[in-house]
Amino acid sequence: MSKTITVGISDLNVAKSPDILVTYALGSCVGICLYDPAIKLAGLSHIMLPSSKLAPEAGHAMKFADTAIVMLVKKMEAIGGRPVRFKAKIAGGAQMFAAKSNASVANIGVRNVQAVKEALGKLHIPIIAEDTGKNFGRTLYFNAEDGMMRIKSVNKGEWTL
Amino acid sequence: MALKDLSELNDIQIDVLKEIGNIGSGNAATSLSSMLMRPINIEVPHIAILDYNSVVGALGGPESMIVSLMLFMSGEVEGMIMFLLQKDFARMTLSSLLGEEVGDFDEGDEMANSALTEVGNIMAASFVNAIGTMTGLNINISVPDICIDMCGAILSVPAIHYANISDKIIFIQDQFNSLENHSTSHVILIPDVDSLSKIMTNLGIEI
Repeated sequence: MSKTITVGISDLNVAKSPDILVTYALGSCVGICLYDPAIKLAGLSHIMLPSSKLAPEAGHAMKFADTAIVMLVKKMEAIGGRPVRFKAKIAGGAQMFAAKSNASVANIGVRNVQAVKEALGKLHIPIIAEDTGKNFGRTLYFNAEDGMMRIKSVNKGEWTL
Repeated sequence: MALKDLSELNDIQIDVLKEIGNIGSGNAATSLSSMLMRPINIEVPHIAILDYNSVVGALGGPESMIVSLMLFMSGEVEGMIMFLLQKDFARMTLSSLLGEEVGDFDEGDEMANSALTEVGNIMAASFVNAIGTMTGLNINISVPDICIDMCGAILSVPAIHYANISDKIIFIQDQFNSLENHSTSHVILIPDVDSLSKIMTNLGIEI
């Protein structure tokens, strides 16, 4: 029997096969799935903002792409994961509102995705699947059994990557 | 002393915000009523200062579908207003506005979107006018943007935009009653903190 572990906003967690990680309603936020296939270990982080440097007082390392991904890697390492084997799948970073009047609201999803890619690049973790951008919310299920990422939307159905 | 965060508001200041929400909602209901040419009553709104997670919970959880209209205030008060309408309420509004029964619609429906955007525009203008008249402050609003999607994904937009200011928002629950319909809609008000201080000062409230 597999367990489903919920990852909140600005939160991260890990799961071993056969458990499933889920994070609900990613808008402009990005969900980062890391997988170590050798030991069927999965990690999921739900970030809100690109960089901890943008809001030094806001605290909370799990909120930012740059700090959260490093934290997630350490957490997976602590229970036997080897970063050299890690593969990443990412989803989210949508532009929910056209927001013609406010460019910083319109661009936040794009900036989040960029920051996630940079952070993963620094750690030499390859991105093997991506479902980012566009204009809809996504719920993300990440299965530790096979490393598959399932995306669910309210207007466009669901699919697996 | 300047306010730094919504959570620093005292009871009197929260009462003032409630009154603003009350008058704003009343005004918005009146203009909705004249737009739809049918009587719409509004009950005394329920107003609370909440964090985003509680708001998402109050709206039925992160994945519940909601129609949202987002707009920005500028001028002497800056910040964001968001109207959150249940789909049924939006459908009822559309049906009266267009004079024909509207079935299910989604974000791809241009006619529905543009009509709802206009409804949001008029409701927001009357809401903001009420604040402006009370406080003597000059407030402009942007054209609303519409999004019909999961409420968690929608609320992440203000949560992110104001992440370095506060994780608290003013959450107003309005109960609209027309002849045969009772629906609940919500307004989220996020004045930036300087604007909030200005509103309080202009109303003669000490901060």
